Amino acid sequence: MVCAFNLCVIDQLLRGQLAALSIAVVVIVVGVPLWWKTTETYRAWLPVSQINELSNLQLQLSADVEVVFARGTVTPEQQKKVPLTRTQDEEHSVDEDTALRYRYETRYRTATIMEEDALDQPTAAEADLSLHTLSECPCGSLVVYVIPESSSLLPQDVDVYIGQRRTALLRIGGQIRVGKTLDLLLAHLEPRIKQVLQVMSFSHTDITAALSDRVRLSPGNKESIADSMRTFKSSPGYEITFSLLNPDPKSHRLHWDIEGAVQTYIQPLLTKLASVANFSIDSQTLYYAMLGVNPRFDSSLGAYTLSPDSLAHMINPVEARLGSNAASSNPVLNFLLYVPDAQHSPLHIHDSKKQEVPTNAFHSPRWGGIMVYNVDGFYGPEAVFPVDLNINMAKVMGVFLAQLRLLLGVQSPNAPSGFLVAPCSRTGLADWELDRLMWSRSVENVATATTTITSLAQLLDQIGNIVINDNIAEQVSSAVTSLQLAVAELEAGNLRFALQYSKEAILASERAFFDPSLLHLLYFPDDQKFAIYIPLFLPMCVPILLSLLKIVSDARQKRREKQAKKD
Amino acid sequence: MAAHRCSRSALLLVLCSLCLFSIAESQETTPAGDHRATGVDNPQSVTGSTEQMAEQPTVVEEEEEEEEDRRWEATRDEVETENTSAPDTSAPTFEVHSSVPKPKDDFQEELVIRPLHSGDIYASFQFRTLWETDFTTGNKVSHYRLFPKSLGQVISKFSVRELHISFTQGYWRTMQWGQPFLPSPPGAELWVWFQDSVTDVDETWKELTNVLSGIFCASLNFIDSTNTVQPSASFKPLGIGNVTDHRFLRYATLPREIVCTENLTPWKKLLPCGSKAGLAVLLKSEKLFHSSFHSQAVHIRPVCKDWQCKTKSWELRQTLNVVFDLHTPGQGKQEWSLFKMFSRTLTEACPLASSSKIYVDITDDPQGEQFEVSPATHLLSQAMVLGDRRTFSLYDLTQQITFGTVRSLNLHIRWKSSEGYIHYQPSKDRVRPHLLEMLVQLPPNSVTEVTVQFERALLKWTEYTPDPNHGFYVGSSVISSLVPSIVAMDTNSTREQPLFSSL
Repeated sequence: MVCAFNLCVIDQLLRGQLAALSIAVVVIVVGVPLWWKTTETYRAWLPVSQINELSNLQLQLSADVEVVFARGTVTPEQQKKVPLTRTQDEEHSVDEDTALRYRYETRYRTATIMEEDALDQPTAAEADLSLHTLSECPCGSLVVYVIPESSSLLPQDVDVYIGQRRTALLRIGGQIRVGKTLDLLLAHLEPRIKQVLQVMSFSHTDITAALSDRVRLSPGNKESIADSMRTFKSSPGYEITFSLLNPDPKSHRLHWDIEGAVQTYIQPLLTKLASVANFSIDSQTLYYAMLGVNPRFDSSLGAYTLSPDSLAHMINPVEARLGSNAASSNPVLNFLLYVPDAQHSPLHIHDSKKQEVPTNAFHSPRWGGIMVYNVDGFYGPEAVFPVDLNINMAKVMGVFLAQLRLLLGVQSPNAPSGFLVAPCSRTGLADWELDRLMWSRSVENVATATTTITSLAQLLDQIGNIVINDNIAEQVSSAVTSLQLAVAELEAGNLRFALQYSKEAILASERAFFDPSLLHLLYFPDDQKFAIYIPLFLPMCVPILLSLLKIVSDARQKRREKQAKKD
Repeated sequence: MAAHRCSRSALLLVLCSLCLFSIAESQETTPAGDHRATGVDNPQSVTGSTEQMAEQPTVVEEEEEEEEDRRWEATRDEVETENTSAPDTSAPTFEVHSSVPKPKDDFQEELVIRPLHSGDIYASFQFRTLWETDFTTGNKVSHYRLFPKSLGQVISKFSVRELHISFTQGYWRTMQWGQPFLPSPPGAELWVWFQDSVTDVDETWKELTNVLSGIFCASLNFIDSTNTVQPSASFKPLGIGNVTDHRFLRYATLPREIVCTENLTPWKKLLPCGSKAGLAVLLKSEKLFHSSFHSQAVHIRPVCKDWQCKTKSWELRQTLNVVFDLHTPGQGKQEWSLFKMFSRTLTEACPLASSSKIYVDITDDPQGEQFEVSPATHLLSQAMVLGDRRTFSLYDLTQQITFGTVRSLNLHIRWKSSEGYIHYQPSKDRVRPHLLEMLVQLPPNSVTEVTVQFERALLKWTEYTPDPNHGFYVGSSVISSLVPSIVAMDTNSTREQPLFSSL
């Protein structure tokens, strides 16, 4: 009986040990991997090595120039010796991670008979037009026609004429006579052609300004900073809003044919710029919209004036009325036409020298433009309020178009002396101006996209808690691919494709960077984890651990007893 | 000590002393209860909301179908590209046209004031912008005049066919106030019909709610699949259109949404005149939200432009309904004026409005027996509201004569009869008891019941009485009857009479 009892106890002990062991095994074999698997944050694979390569950006910009010698510039013997192509490289290192290389590929040839005919036109503008009809040169490349000194195409003091398309006329200087050696001639032409290139396609200052997102520039002169601040950031789309502010609908009813004016003046420019960005235009009329400042009455002029200091305070109160764009998140360019009320007119904007600004307009960097349109000249003594007024849209749109060009970064560079730039065409934008914009926009897009992607990769690397979903990995990969393509196209000189790819890159990188799913587990600190796990695991682990310890100590004691028995 | 404590804590409970003045020789008086009942028993057929919208008391203006003759100036061929700093010395040229193109949009505003049976005032603002345009077709609508740009963009971007959104604070008490012009639930309500060109309605709905939440500064972004439904029988489109496939309908409410100034400001911004001119100057938030009921709404729908429904136009209707409780304490007479209600008077109509009117509902009192409206107007208008023919005094703000010599309009409504008088002084915890005095005319052979609701308050632990099983004692009500003073009290003490008969 005693024995049976003893057996029972031993049996029970064994069973308990077995149970504890099996629970421990289940916990370790099933529980731990299960917990590990279910609490894992999902992190899709990112092309880290390629991103690291991108962080070290080496951009090469290639520009093609065709130099065409007209009759009377080279002798027939020289013609045969003219080299076909010549490549020139120029390297700049902007900072430790960014390097720039410009490659100018110059091709030389003599003019065809048709081109000679075209060059025989009486004026440079006509020559430019007929040369354009002869051959269409691709986006980003230039043709420079070298004309003899005796040519009557250009006025006396002008050496270089820059046309509306992608052609320029270059007059050989007086000191180089026909018959000099070809090397001398080419050496003489080279700096001039480079100047033409800097005006018509890109200059180093433009490109470094476009890199400002990536590279912290040392503050240069004030003017260049102001220039770079004025232009809107590169974006795949812009919203242009024209607002007519009528603070006094009781005294005048204003009518503006904005629809027709947009079609006539703005749309041609935007059609031309369609490859750079998408634009959408809308307009609205705001009543009782006041300016934030009280204009000062100048009795000597008999008019109200706004000083340049007060212009800065005009925008904020108006902006509350403008309303944000509900339909898209693209940047908005605002153009306001302010018609002062009868009590405060005429209203003139004065510049810092206390002189009246002739256009009565000003613009605010990266925001838009405001024009004051006085209508007081109309109400005579017998005027019956409200007066119906039609706004002269040609006058208004001329100013807004100039401001739009400035804000979009289509600005004519300061041409060196001796250069004559052709006046603008109907579209308001010359082909080479578009090229310039495309060069700097491509570089800017590449710079922005690389910074976005590298900082995203850094962030994801630093914070291990962030879930990286497949769609984000996809966006990142497509951004990286587009960036590589854009850089390659820039290198090859295919400007249009480069811009296209850079736009895709910027879109994909922004979408990845601002994806809301990246935020989910971002702020999930360790102590919170403990707070969740301890109440769950501690009560379960303590008995398991204790019984395991007991089993171990029992086993040890048994072995000792056995040894003692043996001894 | 105990007694002192008792008396202090007794103040916690609602203590009301009811003073009922009964008039002994009451002739043809009506009990207050009956009077109230008439408001409810009005034959009002609550049909679909379609009818309600259609039967607003608007005087229908004939919209003549005018071929709008748009004149377009021959524009200069070359584009001016001078810089802003480039001098342009040409003097500004003005072109004035006697025949200005007739605008395709139209704005109307009106205010309906209805004295309610309960003595409260119901004010309903209606602003309507009509625009003869088409958001549905492919060409982009982008030039806005009176129609707000933000809403126009929403309509065209999300292919909205109809949008109804309302923000309401408080409950509409139908028993006391009758039917509202357009009912709306407490909190925020949004229902939208999409065009049948929308492929992913749920996704569009989600984006739309997010955008609307930004426009109206409301928490509409909390609308998701958990509180969105697709009613199949109710919420038929209120505008024209024959698509009633409820797949394109979404409805959601946020009952906890609290409506406040930040919702009113963007709502006012949608009006062409803002709150600068016209009826909207009355919309001062500090007064509007100090009311028993406040509801603001935006309804967008396509409507017919003419009787034959040849042309379609879009209607944006902004409504704001508010009920003011005018039983101010300590004041015997019920009096009401624009200034008292909105702390503003009207000086002009919105110059952009083609019609700007105030209606005062005098259906219940056509002879001016119960209340008096001043300044008096001879203009009367009748309209069917919810199947009920109602009469309104009309004030046309576009006429200068409405404003009189003082150049401002301050409508007064004064109740003539003094059959009811209520004086109520709310208590302050541990300071002051409640006081409720009511003057009631009791008809003969009737039972008048006065009930008072009260809530229990929590006591501090030191405030418990030694015998809490007793509860608290409420002071008795007092009924005083107004009888001629000769009968009631004799102040002449010289006459010989028993003492009990003199006081």
